[in-house]
Amino acid sequence: MTIKYTKDHEWVQLDGSDAATVGITVHAQDALGDVVFVDLPEVGKTFAQGDVAGVVESVKAAADVFMPVSGEVTEVNEALRADPSLANSAPQAEGWFFKVRLSEPAQLDALLDATAYDKFSAES
Amino acid sequence: MAAPSDSNDLQRTPLHALHLELGARMVPFAGYAMPVQYPAGLVAEHKHTRTAAGLFDISHMGQLRLVGPDAAAAFETLMPVDVIGLAPGKQRYGLLLDDHGGILDDLMFFNEGHDSLFVIVNGACKAADLAHIQARIGSRCEVQPLPDHALLALQGPQAAATLARLSPGIERFVFMTGGAVQIGDGKTQVAAFVTRSGYTGEDGFEISVRAEDAEPLARLLLAQPEVKPIGLGARNSLRLEAGLCLYGNDIDTTTTPVEASLNWAMQKVRRTGGAREGGFPGAAKVLAQLNAVTTDAAGHLDHHTLTRKRVGLVALERVPVRDGCVLQSFEGTDIGQVTSGLLAPTADRPIAMGYVALAYAEPGTRVQAVVRGKPVPMEVTTLPFVPHRYFRG
Repeated sequence: MTIKYTKDHEWVQLDGSDAATVGITVHAQDALGDVVFVDLPEVGKTFAQGDVAGVVESVKAAADVFMPVSGEVTEVNEALRADPSLANSAPQAEGWFFKVRLSEPAQLDALLDATAYDKFSAES
Repeated sequence: MAAPSDSNDLQRTPLHALHLELGARMVPFAGYAMPVQYPAGLVAEHKHTRTAAGLFDISHMGQLRLVGPDAAAAFETLMPVDVIGLAPGKQRYGLLLDDHGGILDDLMFFNEGHDSLFVIVNGACKAADLAHIQARIGSRCEVQPLPDHALLALQGPQAAATLARLSPGIERFVFMTGGAVQIGDGKTQVAAFVTRSGYTGEDGFEISVRAEDAEPLARLLLAQPEVKPIGLGARNSLRLEAGLCLYGNDIDTTTTPVEASLNWAMQKVRRTGGAREGGFPGAAKVLAQLNAVTTDAAGHLDHHTLTRKRVGLVALERVPVRDGCVLQSFEGTDIGQVTSGLLAPTADRPIAMGYVALAYAEPGTRVQAVVRGKPVPMEVTTLPFVPHRYFRG
């Protein structure tokens, strides 16, 4: 199971040859604090890598959720919309944000692996 | 390359080491490294303050004394507020105005008796306030900054019982009164100047001590079972629920006291027809705005003299509406802007304050906020969002 990370503190888990799940990292939810609101993209909408696809907000701050890879949103996490605290309690499990069908799977190769991300987030 | 927020450039309060020891996340605020939250987190800290007692380090704020037989009369020339009439032992809210009636800062002042006023101003404004006060009234009284003093706040429904354990008799102070006291448990003993006031809407105290006494006092307070440390994040959510203005967000030099709905802070004696009417910077504009609201017998508002007002707003969907969001009528016309907003931990809904055109300022009026390009319906509401629980005796 391949999981890659971005410098925007998101994770991308490859679920098949061209399908992936996206969420925010443990580091991201820790920096935000108690998450109270998420805005998720529309299913069926297509985004380019780096586009703003959603928003995650704590009481103290709001942060954009960027599309880590280009593609079409196939599913969003309605459980997270109903209970945004899942982004704190299980950021890399039940607190996932959305699923995407990749239009350029090769983009994954340029993202960070776990070791590189841990190093990046420790320094940032 | 300039790096203005470099942590090396930041000042530290006397409690800096304690904050780090407690695991605080430090952020730059008003030129200081300040704790935005502790490991418990903003929401837990907010709720603890509403149910027990929270300890805040607010040592970044400016403390000063104005001393001399003419101090009160001189200070009154800077504010649309009754300073002369404030009895010894009492505290009052004040507003420093510029010559256009814009708000330079909001502050608290206390009559210590013996021709001495003790003043607390905002941290980000303190240098400019001191220069302003010195320039305008420095010849009429002695302006004494107190940079060697720390300021703590103990806030919440259990604050009084907790502090009374360490300072018997302190419960005699009612809201907006105070005095010099000793706080201690036999081992630790500090001299403090205490007022029963705060910035959370709860009962509580602000405690001024010498810098070297701040850490022993903070440790003594944190050792009490009701008390937990609270960061600036919860301080902001608590004050917004209480409907209190944050200088720099909700009020600044572009807003007047009347626009900011702070009419209650301007006592009758300084208003048109009062014994000491006017005589403060921007008086012509501020009094005209006051009269635009209050003097028309038919109840009509003069929309040219007063164009906008600060109001409370609640979102009708569960979407946080933050400062900077444009407010529109349902026809899509811009009518104002949000100046503070968040999902309120105690009110448990998105709340905000902002400025709207006068025609939209009545409680119950529906408007919409533009959040990331999408309209969010909101309703104008009375303030505060969470009832104040001050101790008035």
